[in-house]
Amino acid sequence: MSDKKKIMTSGNLAFAEAMRQIDPDVVAAYPITPSTEIPMKFAEFAANGKVTSEYIAVESEHSAISACVGASVAGARVMTASSANGVALMHEIFPIAASFRAPIVFGLVNRSLGAPVNIHCDHSDSMPERDSGWIQIYCEDAQEVYDTVLLSVRLAEDSRVLTPVFVCQDGFITSHCYEPLELLSDETVKKFVGERKALYPLLDTDNPVSYGSFTMSEYYFEIKRSQMEGMNNVLPVYAELAAELEKETGRYYPPIESYRADDADYIILIMSSASGVVKDVVDELREDGIKAGALRVRFFRPFPRKELAALAKGKRGAAVLDRSASIGGTSPLAAEVRSALYSLEEHVPVQEYIFGLGGRDFYAEDAHSVFDDLIKGRYTETPRFIGLLEKDDKNERA
Amino acid sequence: MQKTVEVRWHGRGGQGAKSASAILAEVLFEEGKHVQAFPEYGAERQGAPVRAYNRVSDSPIRRRCGVLNPNIVVVVDPTMVESANPTEGSAEDALYIINSGEDAKKLRSRLGVTSKARILVVDATKITLEELGQNRPNAPLLGALSNVFSDVPVESFVEHFTSKMKKLPPKALEANRRAILRGRTEATFA
Repeated sequence: MSDKKKIMTSGNLAFAEAMRQIDPDVVAAYPITPSTEIPMKFAEFAANGKVTSEYIAVESEHSAISACVGASVAGARVMTASSANGVALMHEIFPIAASFRAPIVFGLVNRSLGAPVNIHCDHSDSMPERDSGWIQIYCEDAQEVYDTVLLSVRLAEDSRVLTPVFVCQDGFITSHCYEPLELLSDETVKKFVGERKALYPLLDTDNPVSYGSFTMSEYYFEIKRSQMEGMNNVLPVYAELAAELEKETGRYYPPIESYRADDADYIILIMSSASGVVKDVVDELREDGIKAGALRVRFFRPFPRKELAALAKGKRGAAVLDRSASIGGTSPLAAEVRSALYSLEEHVPVQEYIFGLGGRDFYAEDAHSVFDDLIKGRYTETPRFIGLLEKDDKNERA
Repeated sequence: MQKTVEVRWHGRGGQGAKSASAILAEVLFEEGKHVQAFPEYGAERQGAPVRAYNRVSDSPIRRRCGVLNPNIVVVVDPTMVESANPTEGSAEDALYIINSGEDAKKLRSRLGVTSKARILVVDATKITLEELGQNRPNAPLLGALSNVFSDVPVESFVEHFTSKMKKLPPKALEANRRAILRGRTEATFA
């Protein structure tokens, strides 16, 4: 189809526009910075008759996700959005949604978890949910957010998957940046996402089912095993869907984006919006004859460990840049990367970095110094911090 | 045009620096450029210092960090010539677009920039007080800025301002249109 339209918009508004085109049955939300614009814009669509959705304004994030779960198991197509402590308040309900196989599509606009209260980006809100049984996809820009929402509806509802999805984007950096975006036509989107065909809807009284029942140790384990099977199917199903959408958009997003990493000696592994400046630095280093590359991890759950091991194999050094910390343990991305690379016969040296907590900016010079560490073989047992003020530092930078 | 032009806006909450940066991005997007517009968010309140940024390029823009070395610096509020440190990190040949009623030569010495820097001065506050009866200096500054992007018709800036501010009454939009056009013609290089 050639009826595409290029507009200027932001990551938040790209998510909201995708919601308008998808026209989900139910949206229940409790707005929070920096994802506020998503329910705000969607409420406007609902009030002005641009969508047929039931928009439920609730009194807390816990209620928002609870209403989403109820509507989803009833058979509805359901979407919502949140950030930071709003996500944390929903935590109790996330594993229930996943276990009910409720295919909710969730706009998670990454923001640091308080305290101290901070509205800016890091991944400390989504990372605690990595074991909640949800798919997690991290986007670099508004276009990717838009495309990923469309893919996520199909992915979540696919009978081989039936698992809710977090579509993550970086708060403010992506959510509030105005940039060009190509929209598909409403008809193309409607055709692509189709109608939800719920497998075991609660409201089908001819085929009664029960959700939320009690099981002792004789069934619980098997339910979890079944969730794992659904998660195991995500990447193959995603590959089919991504190829299908590529026919409409010309854009394809692999689970891990490899940027000039094929023949690279040194690679940076990173997620979301900070990847762009790393790619710029890779290009600069290549001009100087240094074989630098980048791997942008897009799927965090399921974690594409086989793909990662294949992409990182034989490298002389790898730096893993985490935008969140696991205080007292290994940071989330570093832990996954180290685990995935352990199976390789030839050891790939890994250096861990923590960057960007609470919105601390990440510049080209930071990526340069990380590559410099790898080239000079400067490895430390503990993670290094990027842009952190230490005791006697005077230069404030944020 | 060089590879990527980076713009930094210094304003105060409520003066429209954020909207102006978004309008600039939309205008240049229509001209086929790759663009970004992003404000720096802090505690949002009227009168507090705010910064906003643009990147403009002929090729796709990937980096999303703040602009440290701007080619163009727009000072929306006259009091920020000193207080916001607009020369910080700026390229030596940067272009400064300043809302001020002051003599351009005096401004140059207050900024402390070399002769390589260009300074474009417009009394945007005076223009909007006369046209709108309010201190909303972003419209004349966009007009002044349109001199820099000389291949873009000034009407394009007017149209995008109007569509972005379509909730304003027609009279206010007309006043802003006049303010943009005056900003374009009344801006003078120092």
